[in-house]
Amino acid sequence: MTTVLLAVATKVDVGVFAAAAVIVLSGAIGVVLSANPVHAALSLVLTLFGVAVLFVAQGADFLAAVQVIVYAGAIVVLFLFVIMLIGVDRAEDVRHEPLRGQRPMAVILGLVALAEILLLSRGSDWATGARSVAGTSSGPGTNVEKLAESIFTRYLFAFEITSVLLVIAVVGAVTLVRKPPPVPRHEEADDDDTAAPAALASVADRDAG
Amino acid sequence: MSLGGEWYLTLAAALFTIGAVGLLVRRNVLVMFMCVELMLNAVNLTFVTFARMLDDIGGQSLVFFVLVVAAAEVVVGLGIIVAIFRRRAGATADDLHMLKG
Repeated sequence: MTTVLLAVATKVDVGVFAAAAVIVLSGAIGVVLSANPVHAALSLVLTLFGVAVLFVAQGADFLAAVQVIVYAGAIVVLFLFVIMLIGVDRAEDVRHEPLRGQRPMAVILGLVALAEILLLSRGSDWATGARSVAGTSSGPGTNVEKLAESIFTRYLFAFEITSVLLVIAVVGAVTLVRKPPPVPRHEEADDDDTAAPAALASVADRDAG
Repeated sequence: MSLGGEWYLTLAAALFTIGAVGLLVRRNVLVMFMCVELMLNAVNLTFVTFARMLDDIGGQSLVFFVLVVAAAEVVVGLGIIVAIFRRRAGATADDLHMLKG
């Protein structure tokens, strides 16, 4: 860790981090524990705002703005739209546990994973010391300028491919959600239409008889 | 300047764990999806923290792409969820076992 910032953290930094950490964690726990999906979505907004604050605290101004606009603005609104559209805004019975013992196992597994992450990150070296090709995040210029220079030069092809990805996502979403088109009026289709009521009628006759 | 990166990484690890446990514990498909978003945000926080610690803008560029992919993923995922709920209302993840062989 050659480039850890050696500047002393002020009380304001500690306070901002503590407040944001409390917001992030309480929002995350709210997502997991709220029985109503609408409350879960609102808790998710809380977490996303907390993460945006942590982005600002680390100098990632552009990403914080995008986080608030795209995530807390667009994605959560999309979630709420779907919740209202399919009408699952009623509370789920959280206590019902179809698979016995799965929840304690999940919590234990999560705690083990957390302990592993923390232990491994304490004992391992994060950086090799080699400079990357993306550019520095400190130095003159604003965060937006440096991020834009990185994305539009070094990662230009990846950026262009994201546009393809977005088009595919839009087409896929429309295809998935669209209602199936009505049966075209061919001769076969007409035959089917006339055959279906007859079949139904015969079934009804048989049931009645 | 700012607090040491270890604090942010620890917080990100905790956030990721909460998201993972929520994904395992909850049965509502939408809430499970929100837990995936929590995990994505934890990873984004880790990227930004490393970008600051290593003085490298590459981490922030990667977060930008993760945001794009997350937006596309949410659109397609919610489309699938809507298509599922069209067929059977009030389905939880346990009710979606018709795909098993």
